Amino acid sequence: MSFPWANEYKPANALTQWLDEKLPLPRFVYNAVGAGYPVPRNLNYAWNFGVLAGFCLMLQIVTGVILAMHYAANADVAFNSVEHIMRDVNWGWMLRYAHANGASAFFVVVYAHIFRGFFYGSYKAPREMIWLLGVVIFLLMMATAFMGYVLPWGQMSFWGAKVITGLFGAIPLVGEPIQIWLLGGYAPDNAALNRFFSLHFLLPFVIAAVVILHIWALHIPGSSNPTGVEVKTESDTVPFHPYYTAKDGFGLGVFLLGYCTMLFFFPNALGHPDNYIPANAMSTPAHIVPEWYFWPFYAILRAFTSDFFIIPAKLMGVLAMFSAILVWFFLPWLDRSPVRSGHFRPVFKKFYLALVIDVLVLGYCGGAPAAEPYVMISQIASIYYFAHFLIILPIVSAIERPEALPFSITEAVLGKDESATLAPAAAH
Amino acid sequence: MSDHAGTEAVLPEGEGVRRRDFINIAAVSAAGVGGVITLLPLVSQMAPSADVLAESSTEIDVSAIAPGQAIKGMFRKQPVFIRNLTPAEVEAANKVDVASLRDPETLKQRTKEGKENWLITMGVCTHLGCVPLGAGEGEVKGEFGGYFCPCHGSSYDTAARIRKGPAPKNLQVPEYAFTSDTIVKIG
Repeated sequence: MSFPWANEYKPANALTQWLDEKLPLPRFVYNAVGAGYPVPRNLNYAWNFGVLAGFCLMLQIVTGVILAMHYAANADVAFNSVEHIMRDVNWGWMLRYAHANGASAFFVVVYAHIFRGFFYGSYKAPREMIWLLGVVIFLLMMATAFMGYVLPWGQMSFWGAKVITGLFGAIPLVGEPIQIWLLGGYAPDNAALNRFFSLHFLLPFVIAAVVILHIWALHIPGSSNPTGVEVKTESDTVPFHPYYTAKDGFGLGVFLLGYCTMLFFFPNALGHPDNYIPANAMSTPAHIVPEWYFWPFYAILRAFTSDFFIIPAKLMGVLAMFSAILVWFFLPWLDRSPVRSGHFRPVFKKFYLALVIDVLVLGYCGGAPAAEPYVMISQIASIYYFAHFLIILPIVSAIERPEALPFSITEAVLGKDESATLAPAAAH
Repeated sequence: MSDHAGTEAVLPEGEGVRRRDFINIAAVSAAGVGGVITLLPLVSQMAPSADVLAESSTEIDVSAIAPGQAIKGMFRKQPVFIRNLTPAEVEAANKVDVASLRDPETLKQRTKEGKENWLITMGVCTHLGCVPLGAGEGEVKGEFGGYFCPCHGSSYDTAARIRKGPAPKNLQVPEYAFTSDTIVKIG
């Protein structure tokens, strides 16, 4: 599982010795995120986001479990119970803002984590399974975030639930029964609110379980690195602890500065004022938008305005939106280039930048009203999005001539100076 | 060892199927069928409950709605539009070439015999489920004089048929009947 030179766990005292024989949990942690896990020595700060995402998951679970102690999942009182949390519960305002902004922070770091993977080819063999599990985590996150947004039972909650479950109504024949089944009624009401609450509570623990599989799968080949060259010798690695616990700790501090700035100074900046109006089934807000992290996908959904052969526009939009994420499952087999890191792929590098811009454009259009010119821009950007994965990546990986790779991670870091190469090993 | 010998003994001459195989298949099948049947209540509990279904019909008094006026009722927790069309609106709806419509229906098909001025539809846009404008006092009715959905700009005509915008279907006409001249029962 790990490299032969990995440090071995040695129980420090009689108690840990006893524990190690009965249930080697400290050994497990030591080998997973401690000194027993050798990591490439050249990781940059793009490798910080996995730890940050794990931190956000913990943050959301802790604040969420607390909020659930004060929240009432009943359509008659849900809105008021959230106001009760905001006004009456000790520190309730902070915990709720921490949870709401925590969701945004979670998506920020997860998007950074995903785009790190896109650039450095982290999805390539032998790390496909890590990538696939990551996409599963992302899908679970989207479902969890959506259902969580429904719980305050404001106008955006209600109409968001209606529009998103309405997507299932686009499925031919069985769509409407499925929508009614999902909602437990003809429109979002008590039944829907209760089941969303139940699932919103459950799914983070499912995510935590898949995260464990994600890390398990990661520890089989070990972490990737910015050169994309696999670890060859001991001098290519350093132990995770203290080297990357320290580096990740610093990154966590920077992250917390940004997060706390949002939490304490702009707690509603990413929310929508309409959600402070209680849900009203008889009146639709003028401009329904999802939370910012869904905007690129919402833009793809709305980009389909006319029927495509026998498939109605609405169904096309739904299929395209889900395909936009499902296409990631095929990424390891669409990008055939044997070179992992984008640093050494001059053509890929340019298209990667184009994809980043394309997703930002989609995001902007998804948050804008459904009017021209945004619809047309979304259409072009959606076409480019799919073209990137289905056409550009396979072609680029076939015709591109990558730059020369360094011989090893050590060489990439220290150059060809033999004495420098040997120095850390000797010190060790 | 003695167990093994026992199994050998019940083998019918060399067919290779043991009594234990039968028991094995029967047990796994029974458990499998049982497991699948257990899913039934787990899935079914998600469907609308009896109290939700009990709300699935509603009676509305329409005597106060003058021609040209409309009200918003509530049916299955969703808005329902009841509109008393003026003769001009009826005429406008009948003048349209039905074949040119996205969802071809005549006003006659969408209303009850002898009550052609009573247009009763769900107030739920067929695009993504927003509530269109046009039933309330002073709301915009869109360029075809019926309903206008502010979410994505779908316009409906005076028979609540989709004329422009992304919605695929006409506003849905729920099941309803006039129980008297002034009372309509929806659902």
